Amino acid sequence: MKVSLEVNGAARAVDVDPWRRLLDVLREDLRLTGTKEGCGEGECGACTVLLDGAPVNACLVAAGQCHGRKVTTVEGLAGHADGGAVLHEVQAALLACGGAQCGICTPGIAVCASWIVDAEPIGADAGARARVRELLAGNICRCTGYQLIVDAVVEAAQARRAGEGEP
Amino acid sequence: MAELQPAGPVGRPVPRVDGVAKVTGAAHYVDDLDLPGAWHGATVRSTVAHGVLDAVDLDPDYDWTDVVVVTAADIAAAGGRNVVTLIEEDQPALVPLGGRVMHVDEAIALVAAPTRARALEARRHVRPRISARPAVLDTDAALRAEVKLYGDDNVFKRFVIRKGHGDDAAFEDAMAGADRIIEGVYPTAAQEQMYIEPQGMAAHWEDGRCFLVGSMQCPYYVHKAMKALLGCDGDGVVVTQAVTGGGFGGKEEYPSMIAAHVALLARKAGRPVKLIYDRGEDIAATTKRHPCVTRHRLGLAADGAIVAIDADVVMDGGAYLTLSPVVLSRGVLHAAGPYRCPVVRIVGRVVATNHPPHGAFRGFGAPQTTFPYERQIDKAARLLGVDPLAYRQRLALRPGDTTATGQELTFSVGSEAVLEAIARAAGPRPARDAVSAGGAPVRRGRGVCFYFHGSGFTGAGEQRIAGRATVALTAAGDVEVRSSSTDIGQGAATIFAQIAGASLGLAPERVRVVDPSTDKVPDSGPTVASRTCMVVGGLVERAARALGTRIAAWAGEHGRGGAPFAEVAAAAAAALGEVAETVQYEPPPGIEWDDATYTGAAYPVFGWAACLVDVAIDLDTCEVTVERCVQAVDVGKAINPMIVKGQIEGGTLQALGWGLLENVLYQDGKVANASMTNCIVPTFADAPDLETVLVEVPYPYGPHGAKGVGEIPMDGPAAAAINAVVDALGVDFDVVPVLPETIAARRDAWDAARRKS
Ligand code: FES
Ligand code: FES
Repeated sequence: MKVSLEVNGAARAVDVDPWRRLLDVLREDLRLTGTKEGCGEGECGACTVLLDGAPVNACLVAAGQCHGRKVTTVEGLAGHADGGAVLHEVQAALLACGGAQCGICTPGIAVCASWIVDAEPIGADAGARARVRELLAGNICRCTGYQLIVDAVVEAAQARRAGEGEP
Repeated sequence: MAELQPAGPVGRPVPRVDGVAKVTGAAHYVDDLDLPGAWHGATVRSTVAHGVLDAVDLDPDYDWTDVVVVTAADIAAAGGRNVVTLIEEDQPALVPLGGRVMHVDEAIALVAAPTRARALEARRHVRPRISARPAVLDTDAALRAEVKLYGDDNVFKRFVIRKGHGDDAAFEDAMAGADRIIEGVYPTAAQEQMYIEPQGMAAHWEDGRCFLVGSMQCPYYVHKAMKALLGCDGDGVVVTQAVTGGGFGGKEEYPSMIAAHVALLARKAGRPVKLIYDRGEDIAATTKRHPCVTRHRLGLAADGAIVAIDADVVMDGGAYLTLSPVVLSRGVLHAAGPYRCPVVRIVGRVVATNHPPHGAFRGFGAPQTTFPYERQIDKAARLLGVDPLAYRQRLALRPGDTTATGQELTFSVGSEAVLEAIARAAGPRPARDAVSAGGAPVRRGRGVCFYFHGSGFTGAGEQRIAGRATVALTAAGDVEVRSSSTDIGQGAATIFAQIAGASLGLAPERVRVVDPSTDKVPDSGPTVASRTCMVVGGLVERAARALGTRIAAWAGEHGRGGAPFAEVAAAAAAALGEVAETVQYEPPPGIEWDDATYTGAAYPVFGWAACLVDVAIDLDTCEVTVERCVQAVDVGKAINPMIVKGQIEGGTLQALGWGLLENVLYQDGKVANASMTNCIVPTFADAPDLETVLVEVPYPYGPHGAKGVGEIPMDGPAAAAINAVVDALGVDFDVVPVLPETIAARRDAWDAARRKS
């Protein structure tokens, strides 16, 4: 089956078995290896990408479902300016707060967190931290104990709001 | 030598040197490597726990073109030995024909094919024939030794530690002098490391040399194992660590097995091969924390002082010896806990069973023995009617005291400091009874725990390993740190850059930490045992200083005496070419250890920690919520507070998971829940906000005072959490894990206790 999709803003076409996992299309056919496989059964979230702006587990999505749709992977989060990469707020915050250790969960968490800071008004209170935990509960990290990742997402949300000129 | 600048890089939360690559997805783990023409491997495994391999049949109706099959026969045919060399050579890489199958999921044959799907398909058409034998599936059966798996008694290793007495009779006399004796039996379960990157390795051969790259903690362990397996010398194999997605001990020994398999496949296929485990295979086949049972007796004087400690520790080693003796050693050396006691007897045994081999997991035996003594101390406090934290403060080892092995504590003893930190952080107890959002009754409890963990290898281990590290000024004028210590997420590369940078007056980003590859770095010893920062970091510091001294001398000779390293490095490199300083481990003075009697300085120094946990238990569902967890850890010196904090928090949550949530189930010797759906670990939603207190009581022989931190956070929080459950419900739980079903099974007992209170 010929599948046309937009990946990180660029039009791509692949000719694959419609049941091929989106994860394999990204990693093998398109060589976008930032999206990771930790379990292949929808439990770990290492394969999280945005499909039409909403987070999904790429190991559970079939290529045939992606025709005509938009996919954002970790490689599509950073922007570009003056010829260099500009990290997305969540990437910058994960780096600054120590939210990435071994880093294998980080692409999935960064992608999901990018959706959180867009979709949710995350403040700095305890309720906000609980909300971040709830929204990221599909992403497992075995290294960090999550604390520094939650710090990072809260910080990124604030950076995002400051960037948008909110008080 | 350039002076250390006041605002040097040590002690600051410098972002990880590998951070940008990790947050952008650019970091390449082994499965991300593009190896043109590579085939994919798969492993044919045993389905029985114990038996004899009679044959390996290939389905005659299957199309075997473009498939390579490897069996044990291929090893000897090429002049190698069929062993995975570690402490002993009892484990084969592949079960040979006529050989013994020792556990379910043991490797019997290998296949490789152009695609992963084809390899997995071909695997189903390789059919081992095994004559099953009775299997040994628990430690009691192993000790009865009716079925012999190892030697005459199935005991891989036994240790005895005696303090303050000569023999068993004298020990019992001392115990008989106790005013009261608290006895308990404490089983602790296996635990899966569950690094999020499953294990994997790739290999290719070039001019008769084997090149391996993969996910691992210890490139030189793999290197050593490959020399025996492939029958080559050290030059015949090059082992390189790829970016590694977590290890926690799980990638200490097992990568040698995968390396063996993929090297054999690549040799036979004549092309690169990748062998990447899927999650189910990784959980089923690779090592886990040793299940353990400790029988513990605590003898108390009338005033509550400890008169005698008796611990009998039995671990399930699984089918092969692997690292079990060392795990047991660390277990027994921590089994008396960080408490004053004149008379101690500890007996430890690790035995052979037909389970897949158990192995290294953060804490390395100490969590298994910490849980028993911390339950016992809690029981003692309750019996005496004293505050559990104050009781620990009273009994804690202090400078001048001796441990169970007679090691006198002289420096860097953070015991009082960590307990004091917990006392300060504790705050008022939350209300005991409440109602959940769903209307269920909730009971709260608070638990504490106090523990220590030896930094670095046991006894004379560091001298034996004689780790080396190099700091070099390259001909191009760059500063490089070369060591075989791997960054498995714990931040080794960043910390080394900070340490070398501090010694040379350079910003950490000006220091390049070379990716560990056995043809580029010296053997610094394995990345285990909380030794990387303290021991190898110490080597890096010394090597960097030596380099600084060399360059300063050159500068002096060339009319630029006193100039900072950064200013003269380029000129020195241009004039001298590469300047490399390599240093080797030297033990701190006064460290004496007797391996025969298990007495003396078991470790150069200990880390100390204390933990407080508040839990809330839903009395309808028996679910336990950790509402608060504070851990205070004496790390000597936090080279990078952000990284240290992350390390501690990661270990803390693994420990809480082990105590309350995780469980590896075995059925007939097979892991029965080999998937992430069924073998669960804590999620964001399960974890509380973790409070971490860094305590710094410097170790005079560590880099800037640092000592080990990797493992200690794993040792105690499970005990603190279960002590909190006991506090809430008023009945004892003496097992790890305490799951909702564990609590539910004792509903009658705690319901009665609750109504009384
Ligand atoms: S790989 Fe998709 S959720 Fe784990
Ligand atoms: S950083 Fe290692 S799993 Fe999250």
